[in-house]
Amino acid sequence: MSSVDTERTITVTVNGVPREATVPVRRLLSDALRHDLGLTGTHVGCEHGVCGACTVMVDGEPMRSCLLLAVQVDGASVTTVEGLAADDGTLHPVQEAFRECHALQCGFCTPGFLVTIAAGLDKRDSSAELTEEEVDDMVGGNLCRCTGYANIKKAVHYAAAAMKDGA
Amino acid sequence: MKPAPFRYADPGTLDEALAVLSAEGEGAKVLAGGQSLLPLLSMRLAAPTTLVDINRVPGLDTVEATRDGVTVGALVRHNALLHDDAAARVQPLLARATANVAHPAIRNRGTTVGSIAHADPSGEMTSVLALTDGSVTVASPDGVETVGWRDFFVGPLETSVHGPAVVTSAFFPALPPRSGTAFAEVARRKGDYAVCGAGVVVTLDDSRRVSAVRAAYVSVGLVPEVHDLTEAVAGSPVDSADWAAAGALARTLVEPDTDIHASADYRRLLVGVLTERTLASAAAEAAARVTGE
Repeated sequence: MSSVDTERTITVTVNGVPREATVPVRRLLSDALRHDLGLTGTHVGCEHGVCGACTVMVDGEPMRSCLLLAVQVDGASVTTVEGLAADDGTLHPVQEAFRECHALQCGFCTPGFLVTIAAGLDKRDSSAELTEEEVDDMVGGNLCRCTGYANIKKAVHYAAAAMKDGA
Repeated sequence: MKPAPFRYADPGTLDEALAVLSAEGEGAKVLAGGQSLLPLLSMRLAAPTTLVDINRVPGLDTVEATRDGVTVGALVRHNALLHDDAAARVQPLLARATANVAHPAIRNRGTTVGSIAHADPSGEMTSVLALTDGSVTVASPDGVETVGWRDFFVGPLETSVHGPAVVTSAFFPALPPRSGTAFAEVARRKGDYAVCGAGVVVTLDDSRRVSAVRAAYVSVGLVPEVHDLTEAVAGSPVDSADWAAAGALARTLVEPDTDIHASADYRRLLVGVLTERTLASAAAEAAARVTGE
């Protein structure tokens, strides 16, 4: 019979680094990243899956970290916004695009957008033309109260073009 | 907010999962994708004593498409079903409806079967199970049984399954010959819960006249329901059928509720509009199939 626990020790590869934490089983992944692992780049907005600020990649797929328990990613690989830039500090094309296109103001929603868009652009065939509908679908699950989305969508195109040239 | 304390198990087999569910008693709840369950926990609208996470149970993550229909395992994520070409060929409504389920990040984790077991009348896939006349397979310590959709949905967020049990798959029968489908919804924001959604199936006879029209709605009524709209357009040639009449009939059949998002009257209006719109599209697909056959 499998064990029924209230606390567990988990091992997760976060941004390429194996990390271990002992967490109550009710700990949300978003809180484990911020409180147990000290990675406060992942922001927590609504805590029920609506705002997208806490989006991280789990084994390469963007997911809401507030809708996962930390114990559920035991053994998995997680990428947070801290893992997007290269080790030498070179920004990810999506981060570069956000800076160029002024795609943020207060910045609260930005980590979720960056991870969502980075995952979305990584997965698509960069030689295919990026349609407005595709962009809407990509960022439609993330809320931003400052920008009105126009510059964020511009940044998606900017990053897509940069990643296409780089490919 | 954070979930109230609970106990957690992630058994490696279905038998173990059922054993833990039995041992933990009534307060135990199955966790699959968790995209509906975890918000309920965080908002403290639910406080199970134990979560039995079935994500490590093997054999539940497959989509099987045969001539008869599509069987979707309990761990198939919405996104996997959305991109399953074989499933889309057998029952095109699956991908069309799944594309309307929340956002990509939610679809990456949430499961189609979990959404059905959650039995939210605002969920797309509950209505699709009804419209296709589907069923679910339920495993319990007593054995495995198949439950048709009519017997499964009891009320909002309530199914006929009680006690230690896991819904292991859902079966969606194939689209009948000479038929077409369509799905559309109106939501306040992209990917949000629908204020109203409509799925339809149109079937034609050999001479391209309408022989059957059925519709099911999202966020209308307490449980999924299938409405027969055939009488409004029966026998009409597909190119000149009065789809607005079918929409008008649908408006008289549904019993939507008023809530914070929309009034019952507005939902009824949307039922008419979405019915007319989806029927035209489904009929065009059905006509193309008759021609192609």
